[in-house]
Amino acid sequence: MATVKFDNATRIYPGNDVPSVDKLNIDIEDGEFLVLVGPSGCGKSTSLRMLAGLEEVNGGKIWIGDRDVTNLSPKDRDVAMVFQNYALYPHMSVADNMGFALKIAGTDKAEIRKRVEEAAKILDLEQYLERKPKALSGGQRQRVAMGRAIVRSPQVFLMDEPLSNLDAKLRVQTRTQIASLQRRLGVTTVYVTHDQVEAMTMGDRVAVLKDGLLQQCDTPRRMYDHPNNVFVAGFIGSPAMNLLNVPVTEGGARFGSGLLPISREDLSRAGNEITVGVRPEDVDITSEGDGLPLTVEVVEELGADAYVYGTPASDKAKDPTAPVEKPFVVRTDGRRPPMKGETIYVKPKEGHLHVFNMETGERIGD
Amino acid sequence: MPLHITANRPDPELLDLPWGLPLEEWPDEFLAALPRGISRHVVRFVRVAGRVLAVKEIKHSIAVSEHNMLRNLERLDLPCVEAYGVVSGRTAADGTELDACLLTEHLEFSLPYRALFSQHLRHDTAARLIDALAVLLVRLHLAGFWWGDVSLSNTLFRRDAGAFAAYLVDAETGELHASLTPGQREHDLDIAGVNIAGELMDLEAGGALPEGTDPVAISGRIVERYAELWDELTGETSLTMGERWRIDERIRRLNELGFDVDEFTMTTDVDGTTIQIQPKIVDAGHHSRRLLRLTGLDVEENQARRLLNDLDSYRAATDRMQDNEEQVAHDWVARIYEPVMARIPAQLRHKLEAAEIFHEILEHRWYMSERFGHDIPIMDAVDDYLYWVLPNKPDEQSVVGVDTVEMPVVAWDD
Ligand SMILES: Nc1ncnc2c1ncn2[C@@H]1O[C@H](COP(=O)(O)OP(=O)(O)OP(=O)(O)O)[C@@H](O)[C@H]1O
Ligand SMILES: Nc1ncnc2c1ncn2[C@@H]1O[C@H](COP(=O)(O)OP(=O)(O)OP(=O)(O)O)[C@@H](O)[C@H]1O
Ligand SMILES: [Mg+2]
Ligand SMILES: [Mg+2]
Repeated sequence: MATVKFDNATRIYPGNDVPSVDKLNIDIEDGEFLVLVGPSGCGKSTSLRMLAGLEEVNGGKIWIGDRDVTNLSPKDRDVAMVFQNYALYPHMSVADNMGFALKIAGTDKAEIRKRVEEAAKILDLEQYLERKPKALSGGQRQRVAMGRAIVRSPQVFLMDEPLSNLDAKLRVQTRTQIASLQRRLGVTTVYVTHDQVEAMTMGDRVAVLKDGLLQQCDTPRRMYDHPNNVFVAGFIGSPAMNLLNVPVTEGGARFGSGLLPISREDLSRAGNEITVGVRPEDVDITSEGDGLPLTVEVVEELGADAYVYGTPASDKAKDPTAPVEKPFVVRTDGRRPPMKGETIYVKPKEGHLHVFNMETGERIGD
Repeated sequence: MPLHITANRPDPELLDLPWGLPLEEWPDEFLAALPRGISRHVVRFVRVAGRVLAVKEIKHSIAVSEHNMLRNLERLDLPCVEAYGVVSGRTAADGTELDACLLTEHLEFSLPYRALFSQHLRHDTAARLIDALAVLLVRLHLAGFWWGDVSLSNTLFRRDAGAFAAYLVDAETGELHASLTPGQREHDLDIAGVNIAGELMDLEAGGALPEGTDPVAISGRIVERYAELWDELTGETSLTMGERWRIDERIRRLNELGFDVDEFTMTTDVDGTTIQIQPKIVDAGHHSRRLLRLTGLDVEENQARRLLNDLDSYRAATDRMQDNEEQVAHDWVARIYEPVMARIPAQLRHKLEAAEIFHEILEHRWYMSERFGHDIPIMDAVDDYLYWVLPNKPDEQSVVGVDTVEMPVVAWDD
């Protein structure tokens, strides 16, 4: 088992002038499940492949434990890429299907047996070891395939979108399986996905990348409650955080008819306008005239809750040619949702406002 | 969603296939019983308008990307199965949506490794398969293709003058890059080593591996053969100014291996006394291209080498070394190759591919002359071969009924 360290790791592909991964710094703890997430092309796979030794590192270093592996070949790094297309062999027992790769590595029989039995225990496959894979269910077969990676007991597991072939239902099932398995094994794992929901449900910590740059690396909770910049704020969470640019006035920011109190110190770090963010569940519907007026466009009822999608009414009135902004989303009580076409007034719950510098996108204050 | 077929020239007969049924449930009347390798997806062969297509049931996005990848490989002139099209929008009678299907042309006379091992085998078959796979992998890597799932199951083999030629059949995990890093190439070799060992151990467990074949030793061979070939094709040679002939030597050696060099990079050291040369663009198929140019015959590399040898001896024997090569080749086709082929009865033509039969006849003639101690006219060898050898061979245009397995690995039911 081991820690992993990206130490200013940089990758510039031949023919590109900008790095695809730019001075990446992440310290991954022993046994941690770290998820790399971000939009397509942000450099997730490249980062993972640098760690695996499949992609040259043009600057910085990569450490596994206290070994500098930057220039080691993939097989000398003691990492395992899991969940590639593992085939199961029909004439071999489940035990042999799990253990045969150790035979190639020259591991002795007793040791192979021991590791296979350990893995089988973790995977709930103990009573099936002598069966042929045909006699297993689909899910059990999948666990046998995972067993192939586990018996190698690598220092680090690497997974790049392992669930992308599965349909939505299976994906949810399998992701819980992988996460709980990883916790039982306690092997340091780096997992790549473009799906922020997957990232937030699986990772001990989540690293958000954009254009090859690390935006933030935190626990899911912290990431959700305290996004470091506008990009992370908008990327994490579904439906996304409401982000609005509003004018700064004495003592705070204007929000419709209301004023959002912001400390003088924070205001001093912003210009004439700031970006404020509030999550749909952190919005209160207030009384007429209090806060930001919204024209209700769509109401999505989900039983206990309802999502209300509205457009800030004043915007359109002020300037009918203004581009339609993203709808403002409010989560509200599902039993008494507002009606389509109605105008409602909203403001953020106290203590749930996120404030960002409009020019830099950086978070202001806590 | 209505049924949607994407293909260059879709045949209307495709519409007669039972797309509303899961592929697993297609009735026999639509299917061609050809052997397959191990796979996780359901794969079936169907006859459509006189051709055989392989149908693989797979998620739509993957079908499309695999289809496009195969097209790209084709464009790069790499040996792989030919993409035919993608069928999507399938719905069952009860309204449930079914996965898309990727269609590829069945590669004629190709043999999955499991079918090969179910036949009467030479003891070194496994090794010869690995050698063919090493050539394929080197070619793919030279073109910047990272396979990601190198295995015997994902390769098809065609006989090639006693050896084998390998074709890529499963491009699902592949990626095309401008060029590959050493790490990427090594990763593919790692995957190959593990998969091949697993596949051979599986044959062993099923009692189909010839006595004395060691799965681990054989699978290790892929790395050795690959490295040898890679070095020969890409290695740098250092020579002094007076040794330019060594460039020719290098080219000849590569030709021997079946490769052509289109370009070298050359660098001289500071004082200009030594030159480093390194092949830059290497094309496989030296002999088959030459044969194609001379005769119009399109065959595998070793078969081409064999036919070219016969052409050369014909040229020497008929004392026409001064004549135009194309002219002699034309006569050789008309007087030797075609008459031999015409002699093969129609019912024996499914046994082996034409060029492989020709190769076997040449071999047969050689054994006959050795036995009798004198030259044997080709037609005598043909008759002897047609009487004693060919009828006893299995039918390889469409080998039927060996065990093939699908092993879906999905979390359905627990
Ligand atoms: N072999 C290559 N040569 C040149 N550029 C590359 C290569 N591989 C990736 N890139 C570029 O590097 C950037 C990062 O690619 P990478 O594959 O790491 O992204 P990703 O975050 O994994 O995206 P996705 O979610 O689409 O897989 C992209 O802009 C991509 O175009
Ligand atoms: N065009 C073709 N011509 C001949 N045989 C074919 C063709 N396409 C597929 N096959 C046979 O079907 C088998 C399975 O196909 P393929 O490998 O594409 O399936 P898969 O489910 O993607 O496999 P894997 O489990 O390796 O991902 C192959 O091993 C091969 O024997
Ligand atoms: Mg396959
Ligand atoms: Mg596949």
